[in-house]
Amino acid sequence: MNLNRRWIEKGMQWGLFLTAFASISVLVMIAFFLFTEGLPIFKKVSLKAFLFGQYWYPTADPTDFGIFPLIVASLAVTLLSALIAVPLGVMTAIYLAEVASFRVREIVKPVVEMLAALPSVVIGFFGMVVMAPLLQNTFELATGLNLFNAALMLAFMAVPTICSISEDAIYSVPNNLREASLALGATHWETIIRVVLPASISGISTAVILGMSRSIGETMVVLMVAGGSAMVPAALFDPVRPMPASIAAEMAEAPFRGDHYHALFATGMVLFGFTLLFNIIADIIANKYRQVGEATL
Amino acid sequence: MIRKLQQHVFFNLFRAAATVNAAALILLTGFILLKGWRAVTWTFLTQPPLDSMTRGGILPCIVGTLVLSLGAMGVAMPVGVASAVYLNEYACGGRLLRIIRLGINNLAGVPSIVFGLFGLSFFVIYLKIGVSILAGALTLGVMTLPVMIGATEEALKAVPDTYREASLALGATKFQTIFRVVLPAAMPGILTGGILGLSRAAGETAPIMFTAAVFFRPDLPESIFDEIMALPYHIYVLATAGTEIEKTRPLQYGTSLVLIALVLGMTLAAILYRTRLRRRMR
Repeated sequence: MNLNRRWIEKGMQWGLFLTAFASISVLVMIAFFLFTEGLPIFKKVSLKAFLFGQYWYPTADPTDFGIFPLIVASLAVTLLSALIAVPLGVMTAIYLAEVASFRVREIVKPVVEMLAALPSVVIGFFGMVVMAPLLQNTFELATGLNLFNAALMLAFMAVPTICSISEDAIYSVPNNLREASLALGATHWETIIRVVLPASISGISTAVILGMSRSIGETMVVLMVAGGSAMVPAALFDPVRPMPASIAAEMAEAPFRGDHYHALFATGMVLFGFTLLFNIIADIIANKYRQVGEATL
Repeated sequence: MIRKLQQHVFFNLFRAAATVNAAALILLTGFILLKGWRAVTWTFLTQPPLDSMTRGGILPCIVGTLVLSLGAMGVAMPVGVASAVYLNEYACGGRLLRIIRLGINNLAGVPSIVFGLFGLSFFVIYLKIGVSILAGALTLGVMTLPVMIGATEEALKAVPDTYREASLALGATKFQTIFRVVLPAAMPGILTGGILGLSRAAGETAPIMFTAAVFFRPDLPESIFDEIMALPYHIYVLATAGTEIEKTRPLQYGTSLVLIALVLGMTLAAILYRTRLRRRMR
């Protein structure tokens, strides 16, 4: 009986231990399968020609597999959306953590969470039917489906991420720092800008990077509103084709295990690499510059 | 005086930023509601699409989305809860724990389209499951795993240590304590996480594009190896690749409304329930 119990105990602990590795094994498997399906393209084109090639004509004859325009497009929509989302997200976070009353916070926080829950396909749809005609008419453009529209829609998907992580960071700043600053005669605003924000800057940076990581990987929005033209954008209102859009749009037509298919997996590798890089940087910042009490200020 | 004014100006700016978020949510849902409510009739909810998807309803899509997201939680919940139990109850710091955590954080950041590629190459092709409900549910399940782990960990942390100590003092083993005391106490929080995971899985399009979703299939699926229609994919198809994009606008609004109602309804329910739980904990 007793022995039995101990065996169950040990067995369960091992079982749980192995399950805890599920996430990391999935991550490794994702990398592995992207590589096995993506690497064969490099028999056709060199890594340099793939990454820096100016032309993406996967179905033309002869084919061109240069994803440089796609990479530039991805980075452009991400940076532009960050320009909108970072101020908005961080300011909302400050408002929630420092300024708002308990009641207001109880209402606004769920609003931000609901914004995060909105299906991306619906946001993309909204961009197509509302924002695109609006942009087209106001600025007299050839098409409202462009870089700016995509960045705007992406911004609203990144705001909740940036806001909630920043808020946690601001919230966890020890209260005696605030009290010390106020006791020295600083106003609430001065306390926020000179004491609270510097103390939570690592958390806010993590939030910004994770928000950008979400933007660069977001698929449906860029698939539906970015315009789809595989060229390096020269202006704010140029149609673009970011990496996720290219994969999503072309995979269905790419012949199974043909060059195009492998090229799309290789594009997935590049995308995966970008988000992995963002996440690891965020993780390093979060761990290295973590505010422990007030001793490290 | 000027300092007070400065504070006033900036605080109002912050308030405005928060308002923009609320406005965005209201604008988007309000617009879809306004344009879509006329399309959502009983026939719309209970009929398959007709006339190359220019008339009729979305029943197969609703069923498909429910089946896929429930299936996803069937995968993510057991694995997620077990992972969280290990991380919160057994693991004690160290390098291994840090690696596991890094894995979870990075999995949470993997783009949805990459999950789609993974599902295609692993479940559909390598395991030879084919484009099917099973492959789609597995892909979505893997994607929602980090959500589930996070929610369960939060729920486990909220269980007071005195519960554990009392159970251990009565002679229960660690596993008995977890299974009979800690998990039941954390169950409401875990279920809340499950609902959030469900709503996340229901709204995703990219992971099911190559693994489960089909353009058109009027009858309901018979087995888990069938392809299936789904609400998000249906919206995408009608809005971008349909035969008559303008003519099917009402259907697009209607489908969007149903999807939003489903996803936001579940999210709101989970949020309200969680708020009540937290209040009781205090």
